This record gives sequence, structure tokens and C-alpha cells, in this order.
Amino acid sequence: MYNQTEIIKDTSELGADGELVINMGPQHPATHGVLHLVVTLNGETIKKIEPHLGYIHRSIEKMCESLTYRQFIYVTSRMDYLSSHINNLGCALLIEKGIQIEVPDRAKYIRVILSELTRIASHELWLGAMAMDLGAFTPFFYAFREREMITDIMEDTCGARLTMNYIVPGGLMYDLHPDFQKKVKAFITQFKSKVTEYEDLVTNNIIFQSRTKGVGILSAEDAISYGCTGPVARASGVSCDIRKIYPYEVYDKVEFDEVLETAGDSFARYMVRVKEMNQSIRIIEQLIDNIPEGDFVGKTKNVLKLPKGEFYTRVETARGEFGVYVVSEGGTTPHRIKFRSPGFSNLSVLNHIAVEGKIGDLMASMGTLDLVIPDIDR
Amino acid sequence: MTNEEIKEYIPALAPAATFDETGEWLNVIVSAEELKPLMSALRNGKMQMNYLFCLTCVDFKTHLNMVYHLSATTHRQSIVIKANLNREQPVIETVCDIWRTAEFLEREVFEMFGVHFTNHPDLRKLILEDDFKGYPLRKDFEDPINMIKL
Repeated sequence: MYNQTEIIKDTSELGADGELVINMGPQHPATHGVLHLVVTLNGETIKKIEPHLGYIHRSIEKMCESLTYRQFIYVTSRMDYLSSHINNLGCALLIEKGIQIEVPDRAKYIRVILSELTRIASHELWLGAMAMDLGAFTPFFYAFREREMITDIMEDTCGARLTMNYIVPGGLMYDLHPDFQKKVKAFITQFKSKVTEYEDLVTNNIIFQSRTKGVGILSAEDAISYGCTGPVARASGVSCDIRKIYPYEVYDKVEFDEVLETAGDSFARYMVRVKEMNQSIRIIEQLIDNIPEGDFVGKTKNVLKLPKGEFYTRVETARGEFGVYVVSEGGTTPHRIKFRSPGFSNLSVLNHIAVEGKIGDLMASMGTLDLVIPDIDR
Repeated sequence: MTNEEIKEYIPALAPAATFDETGEWLNVIVSAEELKPLMSALRNGKMQMNYLFCLTCVDFKTHLNMVYHLSATTHRQSIVIKANLNREQPVIETVCDIWRTAEFLEREVFEMFGVHFTNHPDLRKLILEDDFKGYPLRKDFEDPINMIKL
């Protein structure tokens, strides 16, 4: 896409002496996917970061224009593949709002439990990968040990370990696996006994602390201006949890805290995610024994038609606010669909937080933004 | 502010604005020229709309429609601002000096719909290749090799 000579030619136009341009990615081990950063350096100081996207662009928004309202949900599992249940939920909520489908309580409870399990799995993966970026290899195995239990639960429930397709407009595709509650409880016990290991291994690690504290500071005002959401914004003290502000499903019936930090640096973003995992456990504990009996899917027509008009729903994924905007002309397919992906806005802040820092700190700043490239490229 | 109060407040900023209340939020339809002053006033005036959570464009075959979803982290009220653009030469002023998130979102709309944002600091393609021809999210876009329409 961009060859080396082109990029060097570009910098000569800047006319700055001693500036060096390096390409990080698209296959750099620490960018977790195909993200290409063109970093302008002066010595070790970062002067400018330009992300080049599109290596995994599949034009999902255009594709969805020719998929029916039952089909398009499953494409969103391929966007933010670590939050696939929550993406599916956002789309299902939009259709339920548009056609006014009544969702049974049983489905609502299960959806929330699965969303929270997904959030924990996503944060676990992030924790392992982020520590690995900073040179600590062991936390990866610790984090994946617990994450494995969640993927096993997902496999039992919906047949897939990664890109799950379980949520349909009106409820769920099948009923729960008989072992679901038992396995989730086993996971909660395991997680609670092991979460202190993360504290010992990562949080209290002096090397980790000195590499992340004061690195990549983002102020609350900038976080809002750049449209940052999720743990990135909450680490800067911006209250933006969709589960609290616009509760959907049964989030208004459960007790949990919105985790806020004020430092705005990489360490604060780390702390928010670790604390959020505990809050997710708290939500699951309140719901797992109280799943109501009854239908798992409401009555829907075979062919769904959204009335003419515009619809918008938002849900809180592991990365922040995921919005679905649909313009309907009244047919069986959307006229235009836009996914407001949290990763896209979070990436746009990278240049702002990493500039004038050292190249060695770039991985700490970037790692704690928790970028998932298919979510950004769409 | 209630929707009624907003409807009294906005004509002072954009006299030709029309309103549409059929959706979930109040929609304000303005002309492309009036958009920028209205946006600055919404951000810095008494409404303090500091959070632009969605910026996109819709192709209606006869015209393009820019859609801005605004909200505020203080009072959490959302409104939608829309501007119709002509399809042959779509030009509108950038809002990325008001909300920084608009910089990337406008670059995406630029490459996908061909909307030109005046005064944008860095209006280049973001996702597509530099030599890509056409605007893929427009309704009349056809690509015989890489089929994206099913």
C-alpha cells in the first residue's frame, strides 16, 4: 500500500533535520493484527504517529445493505471478535426496538450473563497480550488459563469458541446447555481465587508500574473531544458506562459500580479493566441463580421488516460504546447501516497521547487502548 | 432542555432550520452553509454539546445526507443535526476543530461518499488505497471484481 520510498519522500517535505520515519506494522508482533503505524521520530522522541488502516477492511456496512435483518447480526461477530455477543446484542436490540418485539425475561438474563462473560474473556486476553507487549510473558498463560474456561462455556452454549452467533431478534437461538450454571459457578470460584495472582504478578510489579505510570496521559476533556469511550475514557474520569446511563436488558436490576480512575495514564487504564472484571463477576453472581424459567425466544415473524425511519441503539462492549445506526426505507434490508465502533475513536487519540513521548512507551500507550483491528476497519 | 425549548433556541442560530420529531431524538435539518456556525454554538453555547458520538453520511440516490449525532456528558440529551448535500459536488465545512473525533470520521466519509470537507487539516483516504476509484458506500457503486453486494 505504502512503499518505503514514498514515505521517505514525504518526510523530506517536512524539512526537519534528524527526523527518522519508521514503519511499525502491518505485521509487527505488538500491534495484534494488521495495523500499520508510520512513526516519525527525532532520536527516541515520537514527533508524529499516522495510522494507516484498511488491511482487514471488508466493507461490512455495504455488505449489510444486502443482508436481511435476521442475517446482518452475524456479520457483527466478525467486527470486534472479542465482544461478539455484545455486538450481536446491540443489533438485536435495534430490531426489537424497531419492530417492538417482546423479549422473554429468561432471554434477557442469559444475554446479560453472556455479555459479562464476554467482557471478562476480552479483558483477560487484553491483560495477557498487554503484559506480553511490555516484555512479561508469564501473565499471558495465567490470563488464558481463566479465559479458557469461558471459551469452553461458550462452546457448550453456542457451538463456537470465538465468533459466537447465539442472539437472535426476540431472544436466543437455542436454550441453555444443562451444565451452564454449574460451569459458570465453577468459573467464578476459580476466577476469584486466581485474581490475586494478577495483582501479585502484574499490578504490584515495580517494572510494570514504572513503565505505565505517567505514560500516555489523556485528560478528561480530550477524551470526550476524541469520542473515547469505555475503559479508556473511564480511566480519565469520564463517566460513560452505557450500562449505567442508558440501561438495557436487566442492567437496571443488578448492582454494580462504574469503575472510574482519574490519572488518565496507561496504569489507570490497566486498573479500570482489572477492576471491571470483578464488577462483571458481581453481576453474574446476582443473575446466575435467578434465571427465570420460560421461553427463550419471543414470537417473531419469519420475515422481519423495520418500519420506515431511523433507529439507533448503543451497548457497552469491552472496548466502549458500540452504536448501530440504521436508516430503513421499510423493506427487509437496511437502506444504510453505520456501526459506531469504539476502537475507531479510541485509535484516533493515539497520536495525541503518544506524541512527545519515547518510542519505548508507545507500546504501553497503544496496548492500553485495547485496539482490535477488525473493529476499526470494519 | 426539552425539545420545545431547543426548537425555540435553534432558529436564532440557523434561521432556515427545519425540525423532524418522528424518530427517537429531535432532528434538525439545516443547509450546508449554516451548519458550521450552528455546530460551534451548540458546542460552546448554553447547550454544551461536547460529545459527537456518530458522524456519517447516507446516500438517498437523489442527494447525500450528512448526519451528526450530538450529546453532552453533563445533561445527556441527544440531538441529531442533518444537512443535505448535492450529489455531484458535495461540499461541507469540517467540524474537526470543534470535536477532534471528527477528523478520522470525516476522512472515512470523504473516501466512502466523496464528500469534500473544507478546512479539514488532513483530508486523505484512511481505509482504502490511495489509487482507489469511486465511492463504495454510494448506492450506484459497482465493483465487478470484488463483489460486496450479495
